[in-house]
Amino acid sequence: MSDASTVTIEIDGKTLEVKAGVMLIDIADDANIDIPRFCYHRHLTIAANCRMCLVDVENAPKPLPACATPVMDGMKVHTKSARAIAAQKATMEFLLINHPLDCPICDQGGECELQDVAMAYGGDVSRYTEGKRVVKDKDIGPLISTDLTRCIHCTRCIRFGEEIAGLRELGATGRGENMQIGTYIEHAVSSELSGNVIDLCPVGALTAKPSRYSARAWELNQYPSIAAHDCIGSHLSVHTFRSDTNRIVPIENSEINECWLSDRDRFSYKGLTSRDRLLKPMIKMDGQWRETDWQTALEKTFAAMQDTIRNYGADQIGVLASPNSTLEELYLLKKLTSNIDCFNFDHRLRQLDFSHQDQAPMIPTLGSSITDLESLDSVLLIGSNISKEQPMLGIRLRKAQKKGAKICQINHRVYDLRMPCEVGIAAHYRNLVLELAAVAKALNIDSSLLPHAANTLFVQAQILEKHSQIAEILKNGEKSHVILGNQAISSPYYSLVEIFARAIATSCNCLFGYLTDGANATGAWLTGAIPHRDYNGASQKTAGLNAQSMLEQPRNLYLLHNIEIDYDCADPVTALSAVASSDFVVCMTPYVSSDMQNYADILLPISPYLETSGTFINIEGRVQTFAGASKLKNSEARPAWKIIRVLGNYFDIDGFEFNSSKEILEEIERTIGEFKGDNTATITEATALADKEDVIYRCSEVNMYHSDSIVRRSEPLQNTPEAKEDRIHINADLAKKLNLERATQVLVKHGNKTIAMHLAIDDTVANDCAWTSFATATSKKLGPMYGVIELEAD
Amino acid sequence: MVNEVCFKNIDKDKAWKLDVYQSTGGYNVLKKILQEKTDPATIIDELKTSVLRGRGGAGFPTGLKWSFMRRDDPGQKYIVCNSDEGEPGTCKDRDILRYNPHALIEGMIIAGYTIGASVGYNYIRGEFWQPYERCEEAIEEARAAGLLGKNIFGSGFDFELHSHLGAGAYICGEETALLESIEGKKGQPRFKPPFPASYGLYGKPTTINNTESLASVPEILSRGGQWFLDIGKPNNGGSKLFSVSGHVNKPGNFEVPMGMPFSELLEMAGGVRHGRRLKAVIPGGSSVPILPGEIMMDTNMDYDSITEAGSLLGSGAVIIMDDLTCMVSVLANLSHFYMSESCGQCTPCREGTGWLSRVVHRIEHGEGRMEDLDMLFDVAVKMGGNYYEREGGRTICALGDAASMPVLSFLKHFRKEFEYHIEHKKCMVARY
Repeated sequence: MSDASTVTIEIDGKTLEVKAGVMLIDIADDANIDIPRFCYHRHLTIAANCRMCLVDVENAPKPLPACATPVMDGMKVHTKSARAIAAQKATMEFLLINHPLDCPICDQGGECELQDVAMAYGGDVSRYTEGKRVVKDKDIGPLISTDLTRCIHCTRCIRFGEEIAGLRELGATGRGENMQIGTYIEHAVSSELSGNVIDLCPVGALTAKPSRYSARAWELNQYPSIAAHDCIGSHLSVHTFRSDTNRIVPIENSEINECWLSDRDRFSYKGLTSRDRLLKPMIKMDGQWRETDWQTALEKTFAAMQDTIRNYGADQIGVLASPNSTLEELYLLKKLTSNIDCFNFDHRLRQLDFSHQDQAPMIPTLGSSITDLESLDSVLLIGSNISKEQPMLGIRLRKAQKKGAKICQINHRVYDLRMPCEVGIAAHYRNLVLELAAVAKALNIDSSLLPHAANTLFVQAQILEKHSQIAEILKNGEKSHVILGNQAISSPYYSLVEIFARAIATSCNCLFGYLTDGANATGAWLTGAIPHRDYNGASQKTAGLNAQSMLEQPRNLYLLHNIEIDYDCADPVTALSAVASSDFVVCMTPYVSSDMQNYADILLPISPYLETSGTFINIEGRVQTFAGASKLKNSEARPAWKIIRVLGNYFDIDGFEFNSSKEILEEIERTIGEFKGDNTATITEATALADKEDVIYRCSEVNMYHSDSIVRRSEPLQNTPEAKEDRIHINADLAKKLNLERATQVLVKHGNKTIAMHLAIDDTVANDCAWTSFATATSKKLGPMYGVIELEAD
Repeated sequence: MVNEVCFKNIDKDKAWKLDVYQSTGGYNVLKKILQEKTDPATIIDELKTSVLRGRGGAGFPTGLKWSFMRRDDPGQKYIVCNSDEGEPGTCKDRDILRYNPHALIEGMIIAGYTIGASVGYNYIRGEFWQPYERCEEAIEEARAAGLLGKNIFGSGFDFELHSHLGAGAYICGEETALLESIEGKKGQPRFKPPFPASYGLYGKPTTINNTESLASVPEILSRGGQWFLDIGKPNNGGSKLFSVSGHVNKPGNFEVPMGMPFSELLEMAGGVRHGRRLKAVIPGGSSVPILPGEIMMDTNMDYDSITEAGSLLGSGAVIIMDDLTCMVSVLANLSHFYMSESCGQCTPCREGTGWLSRVVHRIEHGEGRMEDLDMLFDVAVKMGGNYYEREGGRTICALGDAASMPVLSFLKHFRKEFEYHIEHKKCMVARY
């Protein structure tokens, strides 16, 4: 019985009741009927160019491509009839005549779609005796190797760029057999998602440069894991050769990363084998670093902490942990610190404004599921370069935009989000607050609900057309979302930004959410890796110092977990001087740097992500546990939770008898239980806005390839143009005002630091704003991410 | 009944000028249609009566094609003229553009009115610089006379027409590749469905017709569909432009009634050069099967007769070969053409055209093997289907079929010459 929307068809004698208009290949896939294909890909548009999926449809004058033939009632299809097989074999022969017979030296060998299909449909001896085509390879950057002679022109890589990455970098030039894939003018591809073409390429034309020639697919072990460089938690498969990570590929998960992976998540593993890895515990004795054993190192650590507590009080200990730490590590750190009455514990390393922290929701979340982003009608991004900071969310928003969603951004720069943006406002961090106030005013919100500091700004706000446009777009969307990005959270006026953002969201009945730094900020809030709250948002007896105060008011002893203080903190200069002036610094770290050797007293090697087990909570509030996958040879590194556990034992604290991270997670589940992930909060505390001055405001974005210590040590990522972006960007107006129109290098004065930087004139940057990329070797020499600077020609 | 439709004014001085066109009733039928607000259905019926079949090569009935457009649907619609005339041997549209551009313009305005399109594009072959300039001049004249633009003849109907010069790719004569090219993209055919009538230029409903088809419309509507049909024969209405080239004494374009015996057309072209024997004819442009001269001499020039004889009328490019022609060399030339012009999108055509060309080239140069001949036939069938068994090609567009038909037909009719080449490493026929 078929109604209008379903039809009855027959494939290989099997009668199927299916939805009308669906392509034959999808129906066959669902029914486990195998049809060979190359150009077809579920997540890309149909190209129908490879002709491998030709099938025999009764009454059709010729074989039809299953990928582009919609099912119709009564259709009778044969995928294995003599006619179908003949057509498929014919295509296979055409594909192979110019394909090199270099499988033994091809990196794709063993996991090659062409090889697999050729086993079934190819002939043993070629009838083609003419010369084969040879195509010059192109250098498209440090991540992707090209062997274009192997290309079968399926155009998946081209379609990926256009449709998913939103950046048309690869294209086909030339006609007929001279058609070539390339970038037209040779350059490195810059998409943050470029590595996905390696997975998409059905042959060995595009392979992973960092891992090629290092192992055969069948020699690898595969371990599932969770990506650790943004708050999304993409699912990935770690492929190891012996005990080393050889490569990383995505695991398909429709709710998180679909079948994609960002380049950062794909290639960061290269940092695991960096020469900077700390292999053994080390102690500084008389200014000299000595290797030591674990027991000595831990005893020393314990003794130093006890000394500090005894001599100065527990309040003189400061504990800073990376937001990439696992839930288990953070939980144990909280348990340890609160038991010794130290509340100076924080993970919010790149935050400057903490004035409203007491009113913050229990955990910050996106406010919707990742998949739901696809169905939005309008989005306002505040302080977010979402496509680079959370590439997977960029993909979802692009999908929404294609369906008609209107994307607005208020940023320090009007970012290229790889999708058309309806309204883009550029404002430096001070003006950004005023722009938000103007949008709130255009929405006619009830200003009496605003706290005083915000109300004054609201009254002064000038509504311009762009503000009304954003207001209209948000109001008219049936499903709208206001998102505070990483840069909003880092803003010196985070509290004011949040007050207005919330007011806007409430007034338009929008969803409201955050995008946090690191992989586990949500988990950090939940486990109380914050100075003012205990587990699960519970109150605690006193509030400690936040990350910034801990560094502004130097402590006697610092325990640093998985961070490089000069890169991972919002104010590297203050941070470095704080640790330099302290008596004792313990670094639990997978890496050692020369700066670290200067300020630290004990170095405890911890197993980084991929070598340890643990749990991350992503920005949706999704709890994801992973196991270790690889192990570094000759390394004595230990999982951080074990180190903290031993410290707990030294302090004789009850309940530190864990034998596995799983036991810790079980305790967390018992202690915390169900947690609520809504972002509801009423914010009234705010930092007052400084008066307007005729100055230059520096605004920063964490460079996506410098976001954490592993990424910073991944050589292929460091060789991308993106990682090398280290210039100071100002717009043409400001350049004119400062008489820097022809300058290529400038002196940048921030606080008491002056350094020379390359200058880029860039009209996407806001007025009176200097935009820099952060967490780079240059930025660590300057003051905080945000602040007033001076510029002059060098 | 020669030169009755598109070449009506061919002998007049400055035939391309507006006043010359109007002196023989040009734009009258447009005026009548617009002022009387003729029902588009009536126009389509008239065209159906005329049995005007698409002159680009496929022979699809123009009236039927126009009826696919839902003129009352909201949104922009387009009429596109295919003047990319790239089929080797064909040069008829060039002369329409040069000598009778106003017939095309009038035809396009009427088409626009009928299908509800207010914008038209004329995609002109890249090498047609003079025809392009003539068209541009004619468009200017028409615009100045109020025949293009807003509110034509006070009817409230607006129509704008743009010329678009191609860049030299044969494939852009394929209608969807042509649309891509107008959109500024690489000329590659689109997969159908969706057909242009629902998703065409810039994603809007679009009708694409050949220059000769559109330029015939005013005369058909002014003198009646039946008149046009009667020039030709049932199912093959009207007269048709044939571009006769090759080994004839007077090559050129001839507008003659459909169904005219081939021998008469050959006579009009001055007969075979030097009075030599007619060896072979490609009757409809390089993509259609070749026929031996003796078969052609018994065939009439219309769609159905040529199909019956084992080829296609195609674009009406009649390529004449005398008995000094080496068939291997001709096929080598044709195969090379298709190798160069394949867009590269679909596997069978991208790889197959090069394969065929290389093998034929090898045979031509005395390096062939007997087994190459069966292989050539097989490869051609696997790429472009088997014309002789009515099986279609394996590719998105018909270029694969077009590249395969010469190979199949040359081997069918002239296999001996190929065998001779392979065996003796030289031509069966004496060279000039």
